[in-house]
Amino acid sequence: MKIALFATCIVDAMYPRVAQATVQILERLGHEVVFPAGQACCGQMHLNSGYFREALPVVENHVRAFEGGFDSGEYDVAVAPSGSCVASVKHQHSMVARWAEERGVRRAGGGSGATLEARANAVGERTYELSQLLTDVLGITDASAQLGSYLPGTITYHPSCHGMRLLRLGDRPLSLLRTVEALDVVALPEAEQCCGFGGTFSVKNADVSSAMLADKVDSICATGASACAGGDVSCLMHIGGGLSREGRTSADGTPVRTVHLAEVLASTREDPLRFDGELALAGGAR
Amino acid sequence: MSGTSAREEILARVREALGQTGGEPRGDEPGDAAGGPCAYRAASGLDEDALVELLVDRLVDYKARVEVVEPDRLAEAIRTRLEGKRFVVPEGLPAAWLDPSLEESKVTDSREARIGVELLDELDAVVTSSAVSIAETGTIVLDGSPDQGRRAISLVPDHHVCVVPVETIVGIVPEGFTRLDATRPLTLISGPSATSDIELERVEGVHGPRTLDVLIVR
Amino acid sequence: MTAVSLGMPALPPRGFGNISAVEPFPDAAHRELGNAQLRANLAHATHTIRDKRLRVVSELPDWEALRDAGSAIKAEAMSRLPELLAQFEEQFTARGGKVHWARDASEANRIAEELIRATGSQDVVKVKSMATQEIGLNEYLEARGISAFETDLAELIVQLGHDKPSHILVPAIHRNRTEIRDIFLREMPDVDPELTDEPRRLAMAARAHLRKKFLSAKVAISGANFGIAETGTLGVVESEGNGRMCVTLPETLITIMGIEKVLPRAQDLEVFMQLLPRSSTGERMNPYTSLWTGATPGDGPQNVHVILLDNGRTRALADRHGRSALHCIRCSACMNVCPVYERTGGHAYGSTYPGPIGAILSPLLTGVEAEENASLPYASSLCGACFDACPVKINIPEILVYLRGEDVEAKHGRGQAAGPNDGSPRKGSGRRRGLPTQMDVAMGAASWALTSGNRLGLLEKGLPVARALAGRDRKISRLPGLAAGWTQSRDVPAPPPESFRNWWKKRERGAADDHTDSGGTR
Repeated sequence: MKIALFATCIVDAMYPRVAQATVQILERLGHEVVFPAGQACCGQMHLNSGYFREALPVVENHVRAFEGGFDSGEYDVAVAPSGSCVASVKHQHSMVARWAEERGVRRAGGGSGATLEARANAVGERTYELSQLLTDVLGITDASAQLGSYLPGTITYHPSCHGMRLLRLGDRPLSLLRTVEALDVVALPEAEQCCGFGGTFSVKNADVSSAMLADKVDSICATGASACAGGDVSCLMHIGGGLSREGRTSADGTPVRTVHLAEVLASTREDPLRFDGELALAGGAR
Repeated sequence: MSGTSAREEILARVREALGQTGGEPRGDEPGDAAGGPCAYRAASGLDEDALVELLVDRLVDYKARVEVVEPDRLAEAIRTRLEGKRFVVPEGLPAAWLDPSLEESKVTDSREARIGVELLDELDAVVTSSAVSIAETGTIVLDGSPDQGRRAISLVPDHHVCVVPVETIVGIVPEGFTRLDATRPLTLISGPSATSDIELERVEGVHGPRTLDVLIVR
Repeated sequence: MTAVSLGMPALPPRGFGNISAVEPFPDAAHRELGNAQLRANLAHATHTIRDKRLRVVSELPDWEALRDAGSAIKAEAMSRLPELLAQFEEQFTARGGKVHWARDASEANRIAEELIRATGSQDVVKVKSMATQEIGLNEYLEARGISAFETDLAELIVQLGHDKPSHILVPAIHRNRTEIRDIFLREMPDVDPELTDEPRRLAMAARAHLRKKFLSAKVAISGANFGIAETGTLGVVESEGNGRMCVTLPETLITIMGIEKVLPRAQDLEVFMQLLPRSSTGERMNPYTSLWTGATPGDGPQNVHVILLDNGRTRALADRHGRSALHCIRCSACMNVCPVYERTGGHAYGSTYPGPIGAILSPLLTGVEAEENASLPYASSLCGACFDACPVKINIPEILVYLRGEDVEAKHGRGQAAGPNDGSPRKGSGRRRGLPTQMDVAMGAASWALTSGNRLGLLEKGLPVARALAGRDRKISRLPGLAAGWTQSRDVPAPPPESFRNWWKKRERGAADDHTDSGGTR
């Protein structure tokens, strides 16, 4: 299968290793990965902050960057290592398009005669979040057997809100993690509670956001895991930033980290996940 | 008073608000818009044994006192619950339900000959029948029929002895409302009065009757 | 961008009363977060009710179908509102009741006062009612020499504590048992000085305190959970029996009901009487529900009134993206699951309606361009827990986002609150046009940068510099301006040496040179 990678802006600029891990997983499975060069961002930050006007060109750019390859058969599906960006592509792009239509806000056209809403929906329908693609489309049921995933250590998992509630990912990410060789997955108390990131909520309502973060950090540390995995680097940056600020460490004194699902799945016996040259989950019991 | 003009103005605002936005498609029955009419359950399909068992379970859960009695044992069951108490009954309560020994301590109320609240407050108990009971939710409905009486009599006395004829028990809420006439004064009772206002913990017994005694007649 | 004015008529007038924030949400939240006792009380209460709700909801095999039905009935009711209100009025009147209409809070208060005065009574007993909280009826009557006694336990706690409600179902949720005992000891004249903080004892103290009031009251005021158009029936859903006392014993009953509470058919109750109790108190059924239709000869109040209240509801109805907020049945499930509400409590929202529903309903009733409510739509991380919990499926997160959009437009003087097909500034909007904020500048710049892969790629060339700035410990602990809110509690990781885009480009080139890159930045 030919798969377009939507890296997302934050992964592209801040966490390239997550996109690299995504590429590794898909190529290991024998699929061809394409990176549409025009891509930038889904526009979620603008939209969720109320900046519809500013979101509109970002959304148009995304649709333009991806629709051509679907039409020409250059790729069959698109994937992003982010639940919230995929939720935005699937659910919010049409909302921006409708908003612009209602307000009579028009911009230079995008080629075909179709409305932006229709074009956005067409792209959204073929865009998947990583765990969704792996389980629903590519049929992965055993990460160890099918992907060679291997990571010694103990980990917990935070299900980010948009993946959980807008995409209904359910236990897909956890079921993948549970089949990684040598990895202990421990349950996160109050897992379904929001971590408090919420885009610009984290700066506009910094106090409330910080209070939510503090509880999430406590929950993670209560598990004894040496890292918290997740499917959205924005939430992970927020949680990781809190763990770092508070200097939280696991039993052996190494910092408690955050790690993306893709990085865990990409880790193998030959090339295990490392941070700063050290095995990622050094604090694990093995 | 500005009544008429306020009425016209509000209705005009509503029409304008809807006109500006276009009305949503209207359905004719509850549940039309999704999954066809009444995608939710309309009936439980439970038999009488199961209905009684479920109702008892739910009432006990609410800390009501419940007993299933045979018709010819009803008068005795009521008598034991009212021993030494002064109580009120609605005019239409079947005479056979009350043991003659209770005559002295009984007060009868009707819409025409109403007992004042001060006297009601001095009485210890009330005996009524009931219109419909919903097993799944443990709900007993009074509808003001002559055997249930005015709403005040089943409210002010602290102990409510409520008779539930087995044929009035239904399984779930929609079956209950099908049997009821909304234009009658309806009171839905699910256990004794209660509050969750302190730390969201349920405490039974506030302003309504603190003891609910249910006699299911079968 | 085109801007064509279609000469839209003015929007319906905004509502007034206790539906506005008194200070920006972040400021109020900052203060409330500092109250450790409040945090502990709220965490305990919200967790208790969440678990109860989940348990009784999971019992019903058709819960989702009931939610769909509830949502559909409400949408139908809104679309047929003029007809249903007229039908309700006709039926209620035919059965001996009297219907009054109030355009806003002050008109409703005035009508209620006149009705009370006509009875000659100087005091009234009250059933807990959001509508009367919204219009500030108690304060209005108090100022005119009429005493209104709250009879719901939580409202009583709030009233005796000279406090404000902080939750729509359990207005005293911010108080724990010990605080409640202290209020009772201080404020109840005949209270047992040995009163303990056991909830049962506290409830009994309330019973004793209110008993005489109930038995002697001549006038009661209630809200209504439903008004049935088909029959003219009103309903109050409650637990303690104080509602039954109020709607049964006095001679006069005055009900204040928002116009959005009307339901088409009596049969619709079969849906809402399943949705409401399970969503609100987490019970299969609430202890008591009273339904009355006009006056019943010989049974209950004979002088029966209803005041139909607009107070901004038509304003909300005119907003096609926000109108479904009017479907709210005031169950409070959204606030019980909300992580923001759990930490700030209800007072931070200022309005009578706190939590997620309040964050949309309050600005919809006043118009989001009413500056005092402009911060409310941002009081959410958009986690979506409220939408999942809502028994009538109000998409609160989506409405929050729309309202943020309206706020940004209004701030820039380019918005209108609700009308379609009109990009032009409308009369009465755009008052808040001002200098661009830091957020405006940041959003504008980010929009430019994120509108093309090339532009983003160009900016990413600066990553090595930023990485160097982060220094040896590979983290940034303090940022200026807007971003200071971030670094208040979080570090920022050092940026990577290169972007994914750059790595990919090099890899593609390498592949062309038959060179494989196994590295990356890990």
